Amino acid sequence: MIRPFGINEFLFILFAVQWTLALSVVAFTGGAVGGLLIALARVSKVAPLRYAALGFIRLFQGTPLLMQLFLVFFGLNIFGVGINPWLAAAIALTLHASVFLGEIWRGCIQAVPVGQSEASWALGLRYYDRMKSIVLPQAAKIAVAPTVGFLVQLIKGTSLASIIGFVEMTRAGQIINNATFDPFTVFGLVAALYFILCWPLSILARRMERRFAVATRR
Amino acid sequence: MGYEFNFAPVFANFDHLLAGTWMTIQLSFGAMLLGTVVAIVCAVGKTAGPAPLRWAVDTYVEIIRNTPFLIQIFFIFFALPAVGIRMTPNVAALVALTVNVGAYATEIIRAGIESIHRGQVEAGIALGLRRGQIFRYIIMKPALRTIYPALTSQFIYLMLTSSVVSVISATDLAAAGNDIQSRTFAAFEVYIVITAIYFLLSIGFSGLFALVQRRAFNYPLSR
Repeated sequence: MIRPFGINEFLFILFAVQWTLALSVVAFTGGAVGGLLIALARVSKVAPLRYAALGFIRLFQGTPLLMQLFLVFFGLNIFGVGINPWLAAAIALTLHASVFLGEIWRGCIQAVPVGQSEASWALGLRYYDRMKSIVLPQAAKIAVAPTVGFLVQLIKGTSLASIIGFVEMTRAGQIINNATFDPFTVFGLVAALYFILCWPLSILARRMERRFAVATRR
Repeated sequence: MGYEFNFAPVFANFDHLLAGTWMTIQLSFGAMLLGTVVAIVCAVGKTAGPAPLRWAVDTYVEIIRNTPFLIQIFFIFFALPAVGIRMTPNVAALVALTVNVGAYATEIIRAGIESIHRGQVEAGIALGLRRGQIFRYIIMKPALRTIYPALTSQFIYLMLTSSVVSVISATDLAAAGNDIQSRTFAAFEVYIVITAIYFLLSIGFSGLFALVQRRAFNYPLSR
């Protein structure tokens, strides 16, 4: 039986937005921790740490996010965790976010003039204090705009979790489409919801980038 | 734990994987070429066109860049037939990838065009070059040279994104993996091999792009 697309169908998709957001928040939070570690490893004085971080980044940036999702999904099953789309999606997207944020933040850390590090070194600050009080606060200022930009990529990336069966916005759309056979309305609506989430962030990122470019112009 | 890896069923279907790999390569290069054409037209429209055209290009770019590729391909494959546009999965995949990469490449190429100094074009006019010559030699070639790294990393990202077309039963590498997986139940092994092939493809692509860069832009900078 074909169900017409009504208010209940609309609400079903609308409520699924919370799962898209939840997955994005989890992946971003985990990715922020992982990304900081990767960025620090990439600018480390210890060569093996640098190479390990680089290898990790190359591996993840050279393979599709969808395959990473599948590997985590089926890998968890092999290692006895069982079939768990939510956990698999959270882990895979956290790794994805860690790698991309790591590369973005590495660039920001390297954009802080070397003299700042040298001065704090000359003042006798140790690694922790130098990073915490001198380098990272300055890098953070540069990092805000590209980080917001990446957030858009991350929100869009969560749609792939639907393929391993996690019910977020895209999967909710598929479910409703299978019942109503009204793909134009359903996928149009889902696209519009993603757009409403992502577009303001895109605009914000661009505006901050422009403001920053003006502020640092010499 | 105690899982025994079994790669035999994966390699027993290696011809299937190769066919999928070939389809992924074809889809990627097809979308790269078509997407670049779309992007050049849109970028020129956005930098030199009338206001309605600029607005149309902006709308296209913003919609594509702020929605997931998965939704775009669902829309093209499932919703367009409702208005009479029907495509086979592989054609729909090519169209979706082209539309997608076209939007990202538009922004990249536009930045390249805007990096060309106005005086360059004026010099071309003063030298008596025709409009087509000015566009080709004074605007596009240096612009492409400037944005080549950004454009090619977008292309590699496109190739990786193309794995998503497997959801509409296109016959690409990821779909070959899904196929073998559902017949052999060696899911983890299948996706390890598939992921490795994608990794080799991305290394191959960046090698190829570096080679093209050395041949195509092998002239000294004026400054």
